[in-house]
Amino acid sequence: MDNRESVSGSVSLMKSLIEEGTDTIFGYPGGQIMPVFDALYDYRQKLKHILVRHEQGAVHAAQGYSRASGKVGVVIVTSGPGATNTVTGIADAMIDSTPLVVISGQVVSPLLGTDAFQEVDIVGISQPVTKWSYQVRRADEIAWAVAQAFYIASSGRPGPVLLDFTKDAQVSMINHYYEKCTSIRSYVSMPKIDRANVRKAAELINSAKKPLALVGQGVEIGKAEQELISFIEKAQIPAAWTLLGASVMPFDHPLNKGMLGMHGNLAPNQKTNECDLLIAIGMRFDDRVIGDVNTYAKQAKIIHFDIDPAEIGKNVDVDIPVLGDVKKTLPAVTALLKQADHDDWIESFDIINGEEYDRVIANEIYCDREYISMGEVIRRISEKTGNEAITVTDVGQNQMMAARYSKHKNPRSFISSGGLGTMGFGLPAAIGAKIAVPDRTVCLFCGDGGIQMCIQELGTIMQSNVKVKIIILNNRYLGMVRQWQEIFFNKRYSETPMLNPDFVKIAEAYRIKGRKVSKRDDLDDAIREMLEHNGAYLLEVDVEKKGMVLPMIPPGMNVSSVILEK
Amino acid sequence: MDINTQTLYTVTVYSENHVGLLTQISNIFTRRFINIESLTVSASAMKGVHKFTITCYSDDKAIEKLVKQVEKKIDVLTAYYYVEDEIISREIALFKVTTETLMANNTIESLVNRYNAKIIEVNNLYTVIEKTGGKTEIRELFDELEHYGILQFVRSGSVSITRSKYEQLSDVTMC
Repeated sequence: MDNRESVSGSVSLMKSLIEEGTDTIFGYPGGQIMPVFDALYDYRQKLKHILVRHEQGAVHAAQGYSRASGKVGVVIVTSGPGATNTVTGIADAMIDSTPLVVISGQVVSPLLGTDAFQEVDIVGISQPVTKWSYQVRRADEIAWAVAQAFYIASSGRPGPVLLDFTKDAQVSMINHYYEKCTSIRSYVSMPKIDRANVRKAAELINSAKKPLALVGQGVEIGKAEQELISFIEKAQIPAAWTLLGASVMPFDHPLNKGMLGMHGNLAPNQKTNECDLLIAIGMRFDDRVIGDVNTYAKQAKIIHFDIDPAEIGKNVDVDIPVLGDVKKTLPAVTALLKQADHDDWIESFDIINGEEYDRVIANEIYCDREYISMGEVIRRISEKTGNEAITVTDVGQNQMMAARYSKHKNPRSFISSGGLGTMGFGLPAAIGAKIAVPDRTVCLFCGDGGIQMCIQELGTIMQSNVKVKIIILNNRYLGMVRQWQEIFFNKRYSETPMLNPDFVKIAEAYRIKGRKVSKRDDLDDAIREMLEHNGAYLLEVDVEKKGMVLPMIPPGMNVSSVILEK
Repeated sequence: MDINTQTLYTVTVYSENHVGLLTQISNIFTRRFINIESLTVSASAMKGVHKFTITCYSDDKAIEKLVKQVEKKIDVLTAYYYVEDEIISREIALFKVTTETLMANNTIESLVNRYNAKIIEVNNLYTVIEKTGGKTEIRELFDELEHYGILQFVRSGSVSITRSKYEQLSDVTMC
């Protein structure tokens, strides 16, 4: 006899979540999910619920939680608007491969399709932006559906899953029995490793004179940071990273040659078009990385390590695909590598990066202009945290500056909305990250635009006492759009100047300590105060109004068109 | 997209018989602006496994990427794509013409014989002709009959079978 017991569907859901190791839920109650919140009341010791202020905030917080911890983020919301408010976050998690289980309430099943109060076809709406989306109409399906959801969300290339629970499924009584899902016949979570391609990849690397590795978030998701280091060290391969791969390698590793892409470092971008072998590892050749696909690395052979067969050849033609879990494929290739040295090749990166330092970086992070620059704020904070904080960003100039000038010793230290570029992501994501890893310092860099897109989550910080450090780089513009207007739209600043509220007063209203800094001389003291304060802190920095993120490769162009100076 | 420079592909998809899968699959086409020319869904030779047969115009790179995205759907067992000579395909078409034109001369009847079609209903007002065959044949018959006036015309999606011996699902463990 199994250990079955008669419980309501809602209790079955609580028990199922606990079976999957869930201990934190981000959510917001409402009519059609009330039985679940009622059951949660009895489980609140085991399942800590973080009450957000908007369902979009719940999803971004769950994303931050997942990205900081590697665990599945869990969200519970009501039907109708509660469910539709999650869509942006779900789409963001989909494109950035973040495992989430989003649970929405739904009207009772006899009312489905009748335009009932707060009824929306969330399964239909969410299908294009989820890995799996399923409506649970019967309580006896709950344990099965939750097991499937967690398995699908966290295995293979991770992603968001939505489960839509009709209210009758939440209240009917069933015999609860839980069994974890370990396979689904129609779903291959882990492609078989092709030994021949592993061998071919190793041969190509062994014969390469100028190899370059491109490192993405896939290495972090696959927990293969050490395997990556062994791989690049053995064959002495210089490596560069995508935005979401910013904290995969320690910043001071001699083979770490910086960021790729539109606002990336000069050397890795130039060397992409000079190398004889490009080794992409857990990255997806995003257009912001490759620019003009027709002139991208045409001289090089390309090896692509990925877990998702659909990524192979999607944006760039590949010579050798190495499908599988990087935790296994990287060591398999490393074992076949010969020790090599590419000293001249490696050094050539440092020469170009030195040029970028002199022409761009030094002026930004050790600014002597009248107003504070964005880059110097980030550099100072990164230094003061010993480069050990988790950097969370919003989207825009703050994000690119943070990616360029915050440094990371440890993995899972850079959390940003990469693929979707969701303004408003930062504040809730920082909340989720801090809740996931309370012992680490979490610094959010955001602009005056993005902070206002989810500013209501200051209420979550207040209610759940989340000790995040919020740094607003206030230039009174939607800065990245303004930068594009300056370069590509003849300085016609259409709808980008912002009239902003007093952010410190808003923080104060939420009982969050805050300070505004306009002078460079006050900056270090304010940063010290922020980091020493045992609680949430909002630091507003007045930065130069027309700061620019440089270098910049204009969209659809290649590195030869790079803009270095204003 | 100019369909004249493109190839007609047949995509076959084997899936679980789950609600909502059709939308998920057709969305993959829509997002890439590939128009579905025809679509049929039916049970396959394997119990519990459904088979979609979809035809569309595309090019070899785009179709390969599209099929990978289809395969990525959790409830899809596997998906393949074929060009015309790799498969045997048939469509069924129904033509309605006035019985008056049929009676007026022998041409329609001889067309029916020549194209291996058959007359399945005749009454005072109209005659219904059924034709099973390849896309081109049906098109040709349509063009011929059009001279005499077609009251109604309908054709099914393609049903296709590969030239291999069994359903191509060997890489999936069927249970």
